[in-house]
Amino acid sequence: MKEPLIRFSNVSFTYAHGQAAGWQALTDVNLEIHEHEFVAVLGRNGSGKSTLAKHVNALLTPTSGRVLVDGLDTSDPEHVWEIRQRVGMVFQNPDNQLVATTVEEDVAFGPENLGIPSAEIRSRVTEALEAVDMLPYRLHPPHRLSGGQKQRVAIAGMISMRPKCIVLDEPTAMLDPAGRREVMRTIQRLNQEEGITVLHITHHMDEVIAADRVVVMDQGRIVLEGSPREVFSQAELLRGLNLDVPQVTDLARRLKNRGLAIPEGVLTVKEMVMQLCPSD
Amino acid sequence: MSIRLENVFYRYLEGTPMETTALTDVSLEIQDGEFVAIIGATGSGKSTLIQHFNGLLLPTSGRVWVDGVDLTAKGTQLRAIRQKVGMVFQYPEHQLFGETVLEDVGFGPRNAGLPEEEVVERVRRALAYVGLDFEELKDQSPFELSGGQKRRVAIAGVLAMEPGTLILDEPTAGLDPKGREEILDEICAIKRERGITVILVTHSMEDAARLAERLIVLNRGRIALDGTPVEVFRQAETLKELGLGLPQVTELMHELKSMGWAVNTDILTVEEAEEEILRVMGGQR
Repeated sequence: MKEPLIRFSNVSFTYAHGQAAGWQALTDVNLEIHEHEFVAVLGRNGSGKSTLAKHVNALLTPTSGRVLVDGLDTSDPEHVWEIRQRVGMVFQNPDNQLVATTVEEDVAFGPENLGIPSAEIRSRVTEALEAVDMLPYRLHPPHRLSGGQKQRVAIAGMISMRPKCIVLDEPTAMLDPAGRREVMRTIQRLNQEEGITVLHITHHMDEVIAADRVVVMDQGRIVLEGSPREVFSQAELLRGLNLDVPQVTDLARRLKNRGLAIPEGVLTVKEMVMQLCPSD
Repeated sequence: MSIRLENVFYRYLEGTPMETTALTDVSLEIQDGEFVAIIGATGSGKSTLIQHFNGLLLPTSGRVWVDGVDLTAKGTQLRAIRQKVGMVFQYPEHQLFGETVLEDVGFGPRNAGLPEEEVVERVRRALAYVGLDFEELKDQSPFELSGGQKRRVAIAGVLAMEPGTLILDEPTAGLDPKGREEILDEICAIKRERGITVILVTHSMEDAARLAERLIVLNRGRIALDGTPVEVFRQAETLKELGLGLPQVTELMHELKSMGWAVNTDILTVEEAEEEILRVMGGQR
């Protein structure tokens, strides 16, 4: 079997500085992510999911244990830049990530820093903006875009570096529903059509439906792992973890408790309709 | 305390090439004690609208009355209005500044010239409303609290002015489901106990449906829909065109109806949906 793109082996992490000093945010985490996979990490605030994300591109390194990215140990300072070219990160706040005065300059920032020839930068920028469906906005100033558009530009900025993997740390938390849909569609397309490995961090259960695999975290540990359906059939456990349960998932659980033959783990209105009206 | 807008237009950067019309001919009246949710896609004018409710913005044309006072008239004391209409902005914890929770939450009342005893009493009450303990927190730095606690302290700072109207611009953004539910429950409790007017800007159709008595839907700076949650969510097609959705359970009921089920589609909460489905299925057996 092929070596995973990302491997966490017995990773624990305790913050040494700042407000969270002394807080053990990760405890004995083991996780493998293979190339082209779409893995979602679910957990409430403080569950350790953002700390996990920051370990993937060496923004944080384990207090004990080891993280390998494409065979490179993140704890080795010599590997940091190579790792960051392989793993791009997108954060929560769209306003903190854009630096340039036009969209295309912003997307070109990464490849320029890598010293790539300008003709190639141009083609990479065009390609990246096409991939997130923002090419018509290439000359717009980023601060005038909507939140969803800003996040797509931030994603394009990552894509232009040709990473193997993108890590998205609650990229939709500050967006309205339309913005959330735009960003989720973009992430899915990049995974399916471009084959980019995706690690998506969220507390919205409805954003992980399309993932190949879901990892649920609580108090710094992985408490559940499996396909979306396997994970969501544990409705009681998930409710106890304060996750954002879609209304129909909650409804299915209640109807089941009232004696209807409905499986747990219903996630969408469409699925619920199918459960209630089995096609003849 | 009522708020009334008549033919309000608002243009940003008027007379410059960047001029943008943010509100177009908005007329509305919010009665004393109402719980109103304002919904609309990003850029629909929600934030511009609420800033007219306490005179932070004055209309380019049209008139605004708060508690019978014409804000657009010359010489109106906007400061007095702002004490009556409290505004909690998005991410209000970014505005914390005090060295202690007591100093931060007490800033408004102290600035209004209240005696220290009364200030402390106000802070105590305001913290209690948001579920925080005065004795435990009063001497702590607000910056050392958790995200959810910071948000609450910031809200308490507005509550300490004991406003008759409380406006909240997405007060739960970025919080996890538990924090969100707690803050919304606290707002409902304040509304119940003090009988104040609450105006909530939200992206969550589920929250709007569950909490508000009235929904105002904005689209491109105009009021597109205005009515009870049931009335507004009957307009499924219009909402879709505006880029807004229905609460998931309401959508489910519409789907079931289109499959021939004799369901009532005026369903807004999971509990109502549960009962309605069991009722209809019971009838079939």
